[in-house]
Amino acid sequence: MSVLVDAGSRVVVQGITGREGTFHARQCREYGTKVVAGVTPGRGGTDHDGVPVFDTVREAVERQGSDVSLIFVPPAAAADAILEAAAAGILLAICITEGIPTADMVKVKAAIGRGTTRLVGPNCPGVISPGKCKVGIMPGSIHKPGPVGVVSRSGTLTYEAVAQLTRRGLGQSTCIGIGGDPIIGTSFVDALRLFRDDPETRAVVMIGEIGGDAEEAAAQVARQELKVPVVAFVAGQTAPPGRRMGHAGAIIAGGHGTAAEKMAALQAAGVQVLRSPAEIGEAVQRVLG
Amino acid sequence: MLYKSASTGDRVKIHEYQAKQILRRFGVDVPRGDVAFSPKEAATIASHLGGRSVVKAQVHAGGRGKAGGVKVAADADQAEGLARQMIGMTLVTPQTGPQGKKVRRLLIEETLAIARETYLGITLDRGRALPVVMACAQGGVEIEEVARRDPAAIRIEPVDPLPGFLPFQARGLAYHLGLKGEEVARAVRLMLALVQAYEATDASLVEINPLVVTAEGGLVALDAKMTFDDNALFRHPESRDLRDPDEEDPLEVEASAHALNYIKLSGNVGCMVNGAGLAMATMDIIKLQGGEPANFLDVGGGATSERVAQALRILLADPNVKAVLINIFGGILRLDVLARGLVEAASRVKLRVPMVARLDGTNVEEGRRILREAGLDVTLADGMLDAARKVVALAARR
Repeated sequence: MSVLVDAGSRVVVQGITGREGTFHARQCREYGTKVVAGVTPGRGGTDHDGVPVFDTVREAVERQGSDVSLIFVPPAAAADAILEAAAAGILLAICITEGIPTADMVKVKAAIGRGTTRLVGPNCPGVISPGKCKVGIMPGSIHKPGPVGVVSRSGTLTYEAVAQLTRRGLGQSTCIGIGGDPIIGTSFVDALRLFRDDPETRAVVMIGEIGGDAEEAAAQVARQELKVPVVAFVAGQTAPPGRRMGHAGAIIAGGHGTAAEKMAALQAAGVQVLRSPAEIGEAVQRVLG
Repeated sequence: MLYKSASTGDRVKIHEYQAKQILRRFGVDVPRGDVAFSPKEAATIASHLGGRSVVKAQVHAGGRGKAGGVKVAADADQAEGLARQMIGMTLVTPQTGPQGKKVRRLLIEETLAIARETYLGITLDRGRALPVVMACAQGGVEIEEVARRDPAAIRIEPVDPLPGFLPFQARGLAYHLGLKGEEVARAVRLMLALVQAYEATDASLVEINPLVVTAEGGLVALDAKMTFDDNALFRHPESRDLRDPDEEDPLEVEASAHALNYIKLSGNVGCMVNGAGLAMATMDIIKLQGGEPANFLDVGGGATSERVAQALRILLADPNVKAVLINIFGGILRLDVLARGLVEAASRVKLRVPMVARLDGTNVEEGRRILREAGLDVTLADGMLDAARKVVALAARR
């Protein structure tokens, strides 16, 4: 099984006529994802690469039965795009856009919380259930179907972890990129609970980063609620305080949010914590026996 | 655990005098005063203020008072003398690092009769996904220290976007600050203004430390700090103009002009990586192998040969760099494209140190072939661990 997306997911791409949207919509389709609609205001009624384009998400839902949205809208308009997806009844909105103002995300998060739409991201690579459906910008070819759930704040570091798994013949149930921003829709805790309820996920890889305390919260859930083993790596063990390491969320502030604190919390929760990012595949192989 | 974010670090920072100008615009009382770039200007401002004044060094770091960056002048002549000492001096505070920061600007302000010092701040609480207003009856002290020692001393009110920040929340904070009578109404107005300033400027932090109660019962922002969300700069060109390039590392300024994410560190292994998480992980594995990273550098997902060339040039401009590790996991970024970029970069940038390249992902064989055939001084590595071992060994040899 898998979580969030599967072979039945019907995807609408918001911003499909842009450069990124065009490229990645095509890549997702080549992977086998059902991209049933695109949305670009003003381009409704046309088709783009054979995908029907609508002016609004509501039309994409009504006419094509879209239930998942993949968002490539530029930062200044991204909050509007997420809330349009939510208002149209999209169940899962995956926002790839990097650089959305924090104040916009404060409003999005508050509004989303009142409804039924789940948001993944922003500033994330998306979600893939290998062999079934890819809704994101990750390279499909490095993945393989199997029993390992992957959840990560990072992009290319997730690819690194996935490649290590696949190389050892360890496939993935679903890989969720939750994003590197301070305010995100789906947290580590949410993702761990999704994997908890998936009977075919037999181990979880969690890739954290410095900044915030989401890993500490996840440690609690790993200890109290998860029956499957969890392997974790936290990037930024050598990062200096007060410097923002690329991701808006990756900063050690006021002496808190360090990798050491997160690693200690995870370790205390019985999570297998790795010091080296090169040991992820090996560690999962070990815990799966 | 919101006090964790009380110091937001690397956002767009501005000087105290600029923060006070902004707060004054929103109706917050600040001491009368102005910025001086020379001793002469300092004297003029001081005499406008009646002579007696405070001379404050303007650098992007806290802890200035203890380091000798804040002094009281009895008259305009003294202000001029103090300014002469301070301009050009290197101020070393716990926040500047051992190298300190050179003082180029001063704030000359009136002195106040202070009855009490308190603390007021606004920043994002990531856990709540909301901004929060923080108040503490003890001001003028390190707020993180108070948070550690006595968390209950800091009271917090969230700013919900739907109703907004409400007067009852402000009143609660004012009572927590120990204010009475007329002071409470003044504090409510001030806090509402502060929230407005935070929201209108897309700030990531507004901090008044201390907020003083004067002998006459007024509330004045004696010190002020503001940082802005750089993701929102596109709608605040005025904030961009407040940047002070003298306060930033020149290589970092140049990198940001090329949309590269570069942070200079103190080691000798230069790193070029795609993706922030992988870049941090690369630094970690270098350290595990006994090396020290010279920098963080994320070339991004859509790296062109031009950007790769700029990245390499900036990396190598750091004289401490003894070897370079290129770690690219090409997903969307194809490795043949990256390899061509590197070869082209090498023809324009003098490669004064050996390089180790770890390439993985789309079109990796083609990428490796291009690098081999170009005859560059590049050692190809197999995986992150092998790459880190090789580059640390090369750096140690030089």
